[in-house]
Amino acid sequence: MTYVELVTTFGKWKERWSVFARRTRALRRRLAVILAVVGPGIITSNVDNDAGGITTYTLAGSQFGYKLLWVLIPLTIALYVSEEMCARMGVVTGKGLSDLIREEFGFRSTFFVMAAALLVDLGNTVAEFAGVAASMEIFGVTKYISVPLAAIVVWILVVRGTYRSVEKIFLIACAFYLSYVVSAFFAKPDWLLAAKETVVPSFNLQKDYLLMFIGLVGTTIAPWQFFYLQAGFVEKRVAAKQYKHARLDVLVGSISCMAIVFFVIVCTAATLHAHGMTNISSAKEAALALAPLAGKWASFLFAFGLLNASLFAASILPLSTAHVICEGLGFEAGIDRKIPEAPIFYGLYGGLIVAGGAIILIPHAPLFKILLLSQVANGVWLPIVLIFILLLVNRRDLMGEYVNSLSFNIVAWFISIAMIVITLLSVFAPTGAG
Amino acid sequence: MLHATEVLGAEAYDVAGNFVGRVKELFIEPADQPNRVARVLLGRGQYRPLIAKYDQIASVAPGKMNLTTDESALELYHPNEAWLAVRKDLLDQQIIDTSGRKVVRVNDIDFNEQRTNGNVEMRVTHVDVGLPGAVRRLLQGIMPPEAIRKIQEKLPTRTIRWEFVNLIESDPLRRVKLRMTSQKLASMHPADLADIMEELSPAERQSIVDSLDEETAADAIAELDKRLQTQVVEKLDPEKAADIIEEMRPDEAADLLARLSPEASNEIMDEMPTREAAEVKELLRFEADTAGGMMNTELVIVAEDATRGEVVDYIRFHEVPLDQLDNVALVNRDAVLTGTVRLARLLLADSEQQVSELTAESLLFVHPDAKDHEVFELFDKYNLRSLTVVDRSTRPVGMITVDDVVSHMRARL
Repeated sequence: MTYVELVTTFGKWKERWSVFARRTRALRRRLAVILAVVGPGIITSNVDNDAGGITTYTLAGSQFGYKLLWVLIPLTIALYVSEEMCARMGVVTGKGLSDLIREEFGFRSTFFVMAAALLVDLGNTVAEFAGVAASMEIFGVTKYISVPLAAIVVWILVVRGTYRSVEKIFLIACAFYLSYVVSAFFAKPDWLLAAKETVVPSFNLQKDYLLMFIGLVGTTIAPWQFFYLQAGFVEKRVAAKQYKHARLDVLVGSISCMAIVFFVIVCTAATLHAHGMTNISSAKEAALALAPLAGKWASFLFAFGLLNASLFAASILPLSTAHVICEGLGFEAGIDRKIPEAPIFYGLYGGLIVAGGAIILIPHAPLFKILLLSQVANGVWLPIVLIFILLLVNRRDLMGEYVNSLSFNIVAWFISIAMIVITLLSVFAPTGAG
Repeated sequence: MLHATEVLGAEAYDVAGNFVGRVKELFIEPADQPNRVARVLLGRGQYRPLIAKYDQIASVAPGKMNLTTDESALELYHPNEAWLAVRKDLLDQQIIDTSGRKVVRVNDIDFNEQRTNGNVEMRVTHVDVGLPGAVRRLLQGIMPPEAIRKIQEKLPTRTIRWEFVNLIESDPLRRVKLRMTSQKLASMHPADLADIMEELSPAERQSIVDSLDEETAADAIAELDKRLQTQVVEKLDPEKAADIIEEMRPDEAADLLARLSPEASNEIMDEMPTREAAEVKELLRFEADTAGGMMNTELVIVAEDATRGEVVDYIRFHEVPLDQLDNVALVNRDAVLTGTVRLARLLLADSEQQVSELTAESLLFVHPDAKDHEVFELFDKYNLRSLTVVDRSTRPVGMITVDDVVSHMRARL
């Protein structure tokens, strides 16, 4: 090919490319619009599968095999319905949940909600660091190295980042949950049976079964996630006319969250449960027991999944808590601000990380009691938050045409009351599922 | 000094010492006096609430209010949109602190008691946004007022003078009734105003744009986050949007219009005067990441044989926007660019001197389709503060200034 031919060919391709670029401009713009909204829903739902969550799903799978899979479909609906209300409030009012509680219910209510948030989330943060410690121990790293390291990573991530960069890292962390999907395939489960158990409910009244059922529900919907979700949409400045995209984000988030739960349960059911190991007591134990049954890689991926989940939640929980408290009580907040501009925000954030990490490092710390207590606190707090949400989302002066419709309200109240009852049951009948 | 928290919920007694009701709300009538508590709402359980006017109040103390009259002299309560309610409209709501230039949330309101003949008036002095107000709100009714005052003395205060408080009201009718103006906002720097708008909810943001005059609105919108710019402008009616966009620099206007939906931007351009619309349309042809997309079409072009005096007169009579004016482009008889003259050189030159003697050493320019990184390189290499953009026959069509470069570089980060 001569030089001239080369140049003309190149010119032609350049021409074709620009024609293509022009023709797809509208499509690319549409895609950009959707991508600009996506994030909060997917992140929030996935971070739900934190250390405590993974542990519960592991125990559910090892104790009852595929028997509890049917719970996932109703749970997905409950997760979607409750999260969708917050997403809608965030998009329509442009205000965070704690902002709205403050403006509509006054200072004192807000203060108590915030105090509860601090307590509950401290307990949860401890649980996340416990997850980091457990998963790193599988890789042979002592908790005296892994926990401080994790705390530093989490701190730097947020202090050095901006909302957009941090969100990208979080979205990548969501992708790492796929390690559970892979380890489920390594476990060679009976897919047909799993599918059947997912669709056909098989309730039974054994005490252990009921307790596990309650634990599963209780760990899936955490009160703090509503604050985080709503703040996410507010901070992304999603406009009311992009609400459809926000809803899609929440829907995809809820489904993907539950899909991961499905794979965790399937993985442990096909291995541990199938081989009669039904008295596993932690996610770490499960990961170790996986090695001889499904191979080294399955065990490795399972542990990696736990590490990712714990680290992910350990970054979001303290952040969300600091945000919610500062917003409600009127202090400057947000990772787009510098430390001297928002001292209380960074103080709370750092304090939670340090306290959460330090408690784990105390030799012979009563971890199990702490985890139990944090779950109790979660359970007490959830009803209050859900009721606030339902009251706010029905206010026409705030929501305009976006208030709950009657049928949606019936579903939402039914789910909320069911959630409240089940969570309260889990508080008063501790499952030990952590 | 008194605080709203201490007065709200106080027991009110008439002149004979009989209990009348509890203070439920304090109203300010901005149309009358901007800082005086003009009316006090007294709740009486299942009976209709009463209103005490400012001249019917004999004394106020934490938890207690004495009236100068008998209960029968008080009027019945009828809601009035022109009254500013301390509890409902102020407490726990966000306001703009125009001196500290940020959005804050109200914890409490501070009053000054002003004694006139026989009665006492409450005047708003400060808005409390700090810890003392928060503690008061939390403990009110749980601890005696004296004990609360003791605690709060030790806390650092954070208050804003009432003169610097700008309320946020998203209902335009109510804004008029409350005599709310945008004077305080308009006195802020547009960049600060934009920061504040970014913190508010969409409805509140819109209300601020509505209340500003077109020029201030244009300056503030130009400083807003790109995504918010389009959100704000899309919600305006096309006429108002056109009025605001007209006030913007053509390159900013074009950037903004390019991000709107084609229908919305056409609608707005239809409302704009033909000349401005044509300028913007010209700029819209260029991709955002090229010299054409960065440039501004408002430039001063003069003949190379003109004198310094003639050029200065030209600038004076054509009302050229001076903020962005950095240099003047010289052209020959074919309108081809022959040089640029920095304003500083023009300033020192003699009135009779020919401008062509004042040109910079080398003639630098770019074509509109040059990529933005090429422009950045030129600015860096030659330490430029502005660069002329020329068409295919080297006729000047626009100017890129250093602030365009900075904002395009930041957008790429």
